[in-house]
Amino acid sequence: MSEEFLKINDLVVEYSSGGQIVQAVNGVNLTVQKGKTLGLVGETGAGKTTIAKSILRILPTPPAKIKQGEIFLDGQDLLKLPEKEMMKVRGNRIAMIFQDPMTALNPTMTVGDQISEVVLQHNDYTKQQAQERTIEMLELVGIASVRYMDYPHQFSGGMKQRVVIAMALACNPELILADEPTTALDVTIQAQVLDMMRELREKFNTSMILITHDLGVVAETCDDVAVIYAGEIVEYGTREHIFRNPQHPYTLGLFGSLPKLDDDSKRLSPIHGLPPDPTNLPEGCKFGPRCPECKGECGKDPAMVEIEPGHFVRCCKFTAGQNAQSAQKPENSQKAKTKNERGGV
Amino acid sequence: MALLEVEHLKKYFSVGAGTNHAVDDITLSIEKGHTMGVVGESGCGKSTLGRTIIRLLDATDGVVRLDGEDITYAKGKKLRELREKVSIVFQDPYSSLNPRSSVEATIKEPLQESHRYTRAQVQQRTEELMDLVGIEERLRLAYPHEMDGGRRQRVGIARALALNPQFIMCDEPVSALDVSIQAQVLNLLMDLQEQMQLTYMFVTHDLSVVRHISDDICVMYLGQLVETSPSRELFRRPLHPYTKALLSAIPSTDLDHPMQRVQLKGEITSAINPEPGCRFAARCPYACDKCREPQVLEEIEPRHFVSCCRVKEIND
Amino acid sequence: MANAATVTKASSVPKRKKDTQLRQITRRLVKSKTAMLGLIVLVIIVLACVFAPLIAPYDPNYMDYTSLNAGSSLAHIMGCDNLGRDIFSRILYGGRMSLMLGFTVAVVGMVFGVFFGCIVGYYGGQVDNIAMRICDVWMAIPGTLLAIVISSALGSGFGYTVLALSVSGLPGSVRGTRAMALREREMEYLEAAKAMNCSKMKIMFKHMMPNIIAPTIVGTTGQIGGTMMSAAGLSYIGLGIQPPTAEWGAMCSSAREYLTKYPHEMLWPGFVILLTVLAINLLGDGLRDAMDPRLKD
Repeated sequence: MSEEFLKINDLVVEYSSGGQIVQAVNGVNLTVQKGKTLGLVGETGAGKTTIAKSILRILPTPPAKIKQGEIFLDGQDLLKLPEKEMMKVRGNRIAMIFQDPMTALNPTMTVGDQISEVVLQHNDYTKQQAQERTIEMLELVGIASVRYMDYPHQFSGGMKQRVVIAMALACNPELILADEPTTALDVTIQAQVLDMMRELREKFNTSMILITHDLGVVAETCDDVAVIYAGEIVEYGTREHIFRNPQHPYTLGLFGSLPKLDDDSKRLSPIHGLPPDPTNLPEGCKFGPRCPECKGECGKDPAMVEIEPGHFVRCCKFTAGQNAQSAQKPENSQKAKTKNERGGV
Repeated sequence: MALLEVEHLKKYFSVGAGTNHAVDDITLSIEKGHTMGVVGESGCGKSTLGRTIIRLLDATDGVVRLDGEDITYAKGKKLRELREKVSIVFQDPYSSLNPRSSVEATIKEPLQESHRYTRAQVQQRTEELMDLVGIEERLRLAYPHEMDGGRRQRVGIARALALNPQFIMCDEPVSALDVSIQAQVLNLLMDLQEQMQLTYMFVTHDLSVVRHISDDICVMYLGQLVETSPSRELFRRPLHPYTKALLSAIPSTDLDHPMQRVQLKGEITSAINPEPGCRFAARCPYACDKCREPQVLEEIEPRHFVSCCRVKEIND
Repeated sequence: MANAATVTKASSVPKRKKDTQLRQITRRLVKSKTAMLGLIVLVIIVLACVFAPLIAPYDPNYMDYTSLNAGSSLAHIMGCDNLGRDIFSRILYGGRMSLMLGFTVAVVGMVFGVFFGCIVGYYGGQVDNIAMRICDVWMAIPGTLLAIVISSALGSGFGYTVLALSVSGLPGSVRGTRAMALREREMEYLEAAKAMNCSKMKIMFKHMMPNIIAPTIVGTTGQIGGTMMSAAGLSYIGLGIQPPTAEWGAMCSSAREYLTKYPHEMLWPGFVILLTVLAINLLGDGLRDAMDPRLKD
């Protein structure tokens, strides 16, 4: 039995800069189930971090503005919550792990004090209890309690990220927003941190949104996957759907761009062109101008189509009255002739 | 014949707490037209190795030979000639281009520095290079901040190619780019290699990239070479415990064959005043007393060298 | 045939490029309202000083004993000083000296500061250490004192005053540039320049310097006002520019005694100094932004 723990309906976020409107998120719908992990995959500027910050309501406003949408946490719309209530949600029920562990910690405070400060802020603990809780958390993430009084600069990158994770988990949040938590780490350390996060999640039945550009990390940690392009979700499904049967040309392009460990072919099949200018998105399908399958009939905004139970794709090839069975095989689509590169400047 | 030979190369830095053995006794050779991948985690000395080879840093000890000629201590005219034969593509396309130079000025500079071309020739060659790396003519006078990372990296590549070098040091050239752009740049690098018979040394932490582009691979750990072999062989059968752990740590997109992960204890230490012996021993699941003695690089299989005293026991 | 085509193309290109770069800077500068305001005010002040003989109603040193310390009137629009000299005329003439002094010292300081700062920043390490210790010692001596020592050793007059003031200001500007050079040194484009055979000189002065010079301009403009006041300090104790030569700073300091009774004698030259410094700062700010290609239009 799965329950919808977090549900985002039709979220639209805009940034205004210098009189121009940047559409960062254009009508995103997402669901995260209790205890499950959703992977949010996309390239720089696709709007991944904006979605996470919208959930916590920590977007800098202005320039950012949540134009419309609803974000339900356990049936409660976070966007309608008064700021005072929201403060209780932040850190307590939802915690965020940022990409760069080097800047997320205060260099002038010991890591122990930083964690217990968070604990004190959200609980009615005494100082003593907060310290005990902190030591418990440190040990949970694999840091010896003797390091309580150490300063952040005495830790390596991977250890710092563990401290950040300990801080995020200190108040037993029900939802973790992890924004590229391992991008700044080396592979062997990344493996350690990911394994640790998985164990902790299973132990506490925490839900998580994992934001990343690394499909490998997604395959190893996520239950569901949303592929995001230019502020829209273009493909959404379970991990099996996305990795075994990717259908959106952009998803296929991402897979084609990845050098594979078990493939000897010498050339990659990259996506041509560049991500669109967010102040001037193309009409209709945002991916149209780079799409190898676009035959010029992608002028209208394609809707999300459920091509198999729980697997949604936003592409004209499915909206044009066709069924999932007529979908091209990935091998064919990747070889399709491409359009010219778009200008980027 | 090998185009580039490196023998017992060392580069030490003196730091506050002692001497950092950033590159410690590295021996390798790269065939003409081949790509040598150098992988390792941050701080293992791979970038220092690359920069020492192409003489951006001066070696502490050892020999580097390019085309049979000792270039380790080349000076004056010799060094100037060397700079035309080798070049470098940097990691960060944001800081590797002068913010005040246009695309054209950046690409022209090495041509002008060589003092061998007339103005017309410089102009012509610049246009050729822009065409070669796929930068549109209209961006000729654009400044770096006006371009995306992929294009900037193309400008960096054009600059590196300007004087028809024989050898290019690629220092994490795609690490700062998005996946789809990364693939475009990798393809470009490989096409150029084929067209111009270039020899690359490809320094990176990304194992799937290095697997894709390299003929041979060196794995470095804290300044030392732990394993080197043809790339396919290395991925098929890694022999050194560190290489095994490294390969198993790569997150795989293959749902059917999840990799059996070798979990390493602890974190990478430092190469400052190291003890003799295997530097990986502190984290190695197979460490024993013998590991405290200096290790030698041994040819275990043809062209497959490993620096580990227990390599045979482990891989039986 | 094809060759000829490329040649003509080639020769037309560099010209166009220079043109556009300069034009870009000008265009961006013109667009900035504050910079333009600064420029206009500065131009008016400079022109008024240059054409002082034509504009000034009196000789700057003519003493009218009937109107000692007189306030503003039709005859003396800014009034007269304690010796009955027309303040307006003295400001016009004095500006020639003050502006020249301020600009010369600022430019000399900037040129040497950037030069040494680049070298120190580029080499770093020991060179940097030694240079910074020298600067420390140098800065430990109060600037005015140093200027007094130099002027009293060498003598008064325009040239020596410039020298004295530049020398005392130098360590500050070297420090400023050096900090920027150190930051710039980490950038890979300098390494790229090294890899393509650029000489050290070229790396320092062709690649590093342009990226440092723009922010330096603002710092330099900020010093001009201070320089004018230091020059006044020197004249006050009988060094630097000698009375009766009119000079803004000297006018301020000699009016100090009468400040409570006849404040206009100090207010007018003070106001002109303020206006000039403000105009220069506005212009400098705009110029820095205009010279930065990253902030395009």
